[in-house]
Amino acid sequence: MAVTRRRLVVDPIACDGHGICAELLPEVIRRDDWGYPIIDPEPVAFGLEGLAKRAVAACPKLALALRDAPVTHGRGGSSSPRPPARPAARTATAGRAGKARRLS
Amino acid sequence: MNQPTGTRSTVTLDPRQAEPAPDPLTLPRLLPGDADPGLEAHFARLGPMPGGSPWVIDEVDAAGLRGRGGGGFPTAAKMRAVAGARQCVVVANGTEGEPTSSKDKALLAGSPHLVLDGISIAAETVGASEAILCVDRAASAAIRAVEAAVAERRQVFADRVPVRIETTPSRYVAGEESALVHFLNGGDARPVFVPPRPFERGVRRRPTLVNNVETFAHLALIARFGADWFRSLGTDADPGTALVTVSGAVARPGVYEVPMGIALGEVLRVAGGHGNAQAVLAGGYAGRWIPGAAVAALPLDPTSLKRVGATFGCGAVAVLGAESCGLAETARVAWWMSGESAGQCGPCVHGLPAIAGALDALVAGDRGRKAERQVRRWLEMVEGRGACHHPDGVAGFVRSALDVFAAEIEHHRRHGPCRPSAGVLPTGRSAGGWR
Repeated sequence: MAVTRRRLVVDPIACDGHGICAELLPEVIRRDDWGYPIIDPEPVAFGLEGLAKRAVAACPKLALALRDAPVTHGRGGSSSPRPPARPAARTATAGRAGKARRLS
Repeated sequence: MNQPTGTRSTVTLDPRQAEPAPDPLTLPRLLPGDADPGLEAHFARLGPMPGGSPWVIDEVDAAGLRGRGGGGFPTAAKMRAVAGARQCVVVANGTEGEPTSSKDKALLAGSPHLVLDGISIAAETVGASEAILCVDRAASAAIRAVEAAVAERRQVFADRVPVRIETTPSRYVAGEESALVHFLNGGDARPVFVPPRPFERGVRRRPTLVNNVETFAHLALIARFGADWFRSLGTDADPGTALVTVSGAVARPGVYEVPMGIALGEVLRVAGGHGNAQAVLAGGYAGRWIPGAAVAALPLDPTSLKRVGATFGCGAVAVLGAESCGLAETARVAWWMSGESAGQCGPCVHGLPAIAGALDALVAGDRGRKAERQVRRWLEMVEGRGACHHPDGVAGFVRSALDVFAAEIEHHRRHGPCRPSAGVLPTGRSAGGWR
């Protein structure tokens, strides 16, 4: 019964603003003034899941991922962990995002 | 250039009591002023250090202690998240990259043993196998004090979990939790894209408790005197005292220990303000401008500041005098903040200079209302789009400037730039490396 809706999440450090994702999925992803993707925070609509997967696969920096809600995207700044609720956000793509995160 | 340090006073301010008594139940709690910072005097003032135990977490919970680095997250919840994990790590964050704040440096220099007590008690309580105290490598007085204190403790007794001191790069974002953990793991002191969060997998991939150094100091006192004692000052929502750094247009800039909820006007009065503040920047460069007219009766605590759309942050209060231009100050700081980006995320790398440039246009009175619309659009565009909160902080800070200095913007639009900025807000440190 429980259908997991998934959201697109971008790793802003890995992302280079190629823009392929926005071309594949303009319904969900638009680009800012500098070409970087702005992603609709809502879960991906059922009809678009296939395209969303294609966008994830097409990213040359492996910066895009589909994650189960709730999304913890982009909130790394302050010291605010969410202790008891161990995260749902460990999907098949998490490992790849981890690799792409490598710095310098 | 113009660091807020220098001849700083470290004063304690209690509205109920004129002069500080040696009784630890009154102010000063954290900073005993000119008292000997040595271990013997420390224990004579506060009594011996209690051991760690699950009781400590419950008492910290009952005390309502929240993080004092800016995040304001409940400390007990963070402790519970790592407690009992095998070989977890405790990190005390004293990096204090915010130029308008010097309370962590003052605390480390003035009460090193209180911070070390807190680290020790917390480490024992959560069963940590490692404890690290991080200090900005430019903060030489603080480093000297904690190194001497650690050496002294090794001679007199052994902390169950010895504390190691690490010095960190002098960069604004180096103290961000994930950046600090990345640095301690041998990487750059730049934020990483989370999850996992440090409490899940931090230093050496172990669950890691990261707290501000002031938080540990409060913890050391709560473990000694209990939650009720802690709550005897402050408000119900924000119990206890706080270290605040007052800088700018006041006669006595410095670090003050105040009860949470004290009127901001009272703090400025004690720091030698002239009562004619044009505006006050609360919470540093990720904080918000507050118009001078609203300052007098505004209670200084996280809950009250949030209610008026401001932030308490790390407790920094910078006063803009009547003679300074808030718009020019904001533009200058926006440029500095843009240079302090870790340079990793596109929206931050491109957005912050764009915002600062548009602020320059507002200062010059160049493109009028169009420039303001452009800034507001870019503020929205960068918000929430970095791996860390750096762009969010800049966005909140700049947006508050547009609101608070609206009349100033209009004046610039009509009459062009005003007198050159006196440079009230410190931006002295130059950008250095990340290791």
